[in-house]
Amino acid sequence: MTIQSIDLMVLAPTIVVALGALVALIAELVTRRGQVAVGVGLVTLAFAVPFALAASGEQTLCGAVDADCAYVVAPLSVALQLIVLVSTAIVLLMASSDIAARRVPGGEFVFLILCSVSGAVLVPATNDLVTLIVALEVVSLPTFALVALRRGEPRAAEAALKAFIFSIASVAVSLYGIALLYGTTGAVSFNELAASTQASGPSPLATAGMVMLLAVVAFKIAAIPFHAWAPDTYQGATVPVAAYLSVVSKAAGFSALLLITWTFSAWSQVWAPVVAVLAGVTMLGGNLLALRQRLAVRLLAWSSIAQAGYILVPLAAVAGRLEWGPGVTNAVVGYLVAYAAMNLGAFAVVAVVARRTGAVDWADYRGLARRSPGLAVALALFLASLAGLPPGLIGLLVKVRVLIVPVGSGVWWLAAVMAVATVIGLAYYLAWAAQLFRQPDSEARPSVAEPETGSWTSIVAVAICLALTVTFSIAPSLALGLVDRL
Amino acid sequence: MTSNWLLPALLVVPLLASVILLVAGRRAESWATWFGVGVQSVGLVLMLGVLAEYKRNMSGSMQLVVDAEWVPELLVHFRLGVDGISLPLIALTSLLGWCAAVYTVRRVPEPGRARALVGLLLLLQVGLLGTFMALDLILFFLFFEVVLAPMWFLIAFWGSGERRRAANTFILYTVLGSVVMLVGFLIVIVKTGSADMVALANGLGEQMSGNAQLAAALLILGGLAVKTPMWPFHTWLPDAHTAAPTVGSVLLAGVLLKMGTYGMVRIVVPTLPDAMVQIAPYLAAFAVIGILYGALASYGQQDLKRVIAFSSVGHMGFVLLGISTLSVVGINAALFGNIAHGIITGLLFFVVGGIKQRTGTTAFASLPRGLYASAPRLGFLLGFAAVASLGMPGLAGFWGEFLSLVGAYHPAVPEHLFYRVMLVLAAVGMVLAAAYFLRVLRRVGQGAASQATMDDVAADEWLSWTPLIALTVVLGLAPVLVFQVTDPAVRMVVESVAGALP
Repeated sequence: MTIQSIDLMVLAPTIVVALGALVALIAELVTRRGQVAVGVGLVTLAFAVPFALAASGEQTLCGAVDADCAYVVAPLSVALQLIVLVSTAIVLLMASSDIAARRVPGGEFVFLILCSVSGAVLVPATNDLVTLIVALEVVSLPTFALVALRRGEPRAAEAALKAFIFSIASVAVSLYGIALLYGTTGAVSFNELAASTQASGPSPLATAGMVMLLAVVAFKIAAIPFHAWAPDTYQGATVPVAAYLSVVSKAAGFSALLLITWTFSAWSQVWAPVVAVLAGVTMLGGNLLALRQRLAVRLLAWSSIAQAGYILVPLAAVAGRLEWGPGVTNAVVGYLVAYAAMNLGAFAVVAVVARRTGAVDWADYRGLARRSPGLAVALALFLASLAGLPPGLIGLLVKVRVLIVPVGSGVWWLAAVMAVATVIGLAYYLAWAAQLFRQPDSEARPSVAEPETGSWTSIVAVAICLALTVTFSIAPSLALGLVDRL
Repeated sequence: MTSNWLLPALLVVPLLASVILLVAGRRAESWATWFGVGVQSVGLVLMLGVLAEYKRNMSGSMQLVVDAEWVPELLVHFRLGVDGISLPLIALTSLLGWCAAVYTVRRVPEPGRARALVGLLLLLQVGLLGTFMALDLILFFLFFEVVLAPMWFLIAFWGSGERRRAANTFILYTVLGSVVMLVGFLIVIVKTGSADMVALANGLGEQMSGNAQLAAALLILGGLAVKTPMWPFHTWLPDAHTAAPTVGSVLLAGVLLKMGTYGMVRIVVPTLPDAMVQIAPYLAAFAVIGILYGALASYGQQDLKRVIAFSSVGHMGFVLLGISTLSVVGINAALFGNIAHGIITGLLFFVVGGIKQRTGTTAFASLPRGLYASAPRLGFLLGFAAVASLGMPGLAGFWGEFLSLVGAYHPAVPEHLFYRVMLVLAAVGMVLAAAYFLRVLRRVGQGAASQATMDDVAADEWLSWTPLIALTVVLGLAPVLVFQVTDPAVRMVVESVAGALP
């Protein structure tokens, strides 16, 4: 491999985002206005999108197509990068009013979030275990600071610490797994690993290494039993940061999982049952525990745990008669796209409502349809989508797309668990949606506090998510066929 | 064909109208109900257009077909069409929707909010009509699900009594059913590589292996049985009916339940004939248990609405029995029974809703006696609908049940003796039905009026009920009006089963 043939253009999305992070930090220092940093952040993300789209077919950082290059872009990775970039833009819009109100420092916030994004853009294109772990850590480390970055909220530090400790533990386990894999196969590159898995069956050591490798993914997507940090951390952080964790950080986790499962697809009989158990426990546990939540953000935390369980289902079903391939990846990416739109939308509405009325409890949502009909209808649509109930068609269709995989490969118990989990999930989404349309309590709480400056940006965030959800519902192929279109 | 826009228009018009109501904001409260009547009238006109374009001599094949690829990743086509099996149900849905809209104009149930109510009724209409038009398994499932949210809101927000619990039971139960059904659909799609209901019915489905057919059929039937509802999956129904507002009950009993039995005739029987032949006797057994159980349970109820709810379980039992014979007569009877039950039970719920509006209750304990004396016309209508419901010859209720017994006498399935036994038991159920309705009439209708005056049937009630009254008589005297449409299509279905019979 010759070092001079590096093709930096392929790496452009990451570079643009990283540079943008620096510019945002400096811009705020110079202008002393946090909003400027947000603007820089949005422009940066907008710039990164065409660079990401520019990659056509399969391209590597190392110029010519080199199977062992550390960075390889394929349509699948472009799709995941797009999810990350667009979702982050929506998160920035949501955060803008927190920044305007000086609840969080703008420059630092945008800097940290873009740093994290530069890693998230990297993850889906990594091509060896070391780069993968580094990229995942680039995603994680800034988020701990982001969680803690909330003025006058003592719980934020605790929340950050919780996420940090869980992260460290899971990364340590994964690194140990990588060491075992390297020890048994002598490879870290995905291609070499794939070749060696095809050459020989899984030895006990390699099996252990591979399963341990999954720990970091399970942490990132907050799969049960690696989920315990999520509800507390979401609650302690500001709403936009919670939204970021539940969508972008999770997307990075699934990117990593797709790469790992592809690499070890020859050994699917080993990891697929593990993923299947994770999926089943996560779907059921997430939904069951969400039933008891009455705080909006905590409920969304548990709901996003459950949703991660659904997204695991196609990969878990590889165990049966099914090969790892587009049939599986399209289901995962399709669900991620729809999930990004509907989940960010729900968080965006929660952010707006929390800012206007200080509402965190379900009871505060009572009569929202009377106070702000637009927000209520939007939230109802997002919740219906998450639940998989029309009119949230896209949420239903991606669930169908996911469910078809275990049915096709004959993993019946998983299909059954998913069916039951969906029904349980419906209960709390509906109960929340019902609150919106009930008559407001006459004297319970002040209905509308003064709308704050800057909250129009969060309304824009809601509007974008609403537009995306409706568009996807009318033309589901945009989500389900995203990879094929790139 | 140029008139293919008719079916999509039937869906788009109420959908757009509900969006308009959503966007219009609070100022729409004053005109929402009239708007609803207008939209439903447009729907009725479109329906007449469909009837005019429909070629009766080609009832066996799909007409006015629309086909556009929608989600290639899931093999989903936006494929609509109408044939002899679906046409009567589509017409029934349009008609009942119109009746409900007219009824709503002056009788918006508590707590008002007419705009939301009308919008939800229109959305419900989209789901119901779409279910009967869809020719694609996934599309069918989507429309099947569209119905849920509006009905849940109707019960939870405009209902009475334990409405929230009833609404939740309704939706969780039926969603569980439809997810099970979906898994069955997915098996069919995965095994055959097609979601086209017509192709599947015309032999594609039969290519599935025996076990796959059986699994798919059991799952799909299980899901549809919840909706129908078939004993023992009926437990959500009485609570939902008791709590639902009048228009909700009318549409629930009148149309919603038919989605289940329609799905059986449209999908399960022709697509999975081998499995259906195996399952049919069990279906017959469940149907007959439902008939007897419905009749006995009705007799024990202390609430007028619950009586009708349990009677629905019994009536749908006859429909299921008809289907389970897999014979031309039986399936025709089932389709006729669907329509008849929709009209008659719709009328019954309207009348009972009228009683509830006047007396504030439907519980026997607190209902005033002597309806014949205090409100003779209302009393007459209750009696008329009850008599029609118990299967009096000359009214619509008779043909569906009588012919499904005839079907059971000559089932296409080999177990003749078993079906004879079922026939006898079902006939006993018919007699028992007479008992509970006579009890209702005696309890509510007869006796000295304990309430001196009660408002009799008002003009708007006459307007919204007359079509149902008229159809009860017309279809009772000339059932051929329905049979001439259904028969060719049913023969196609039965033909596809014929190969599977030993």
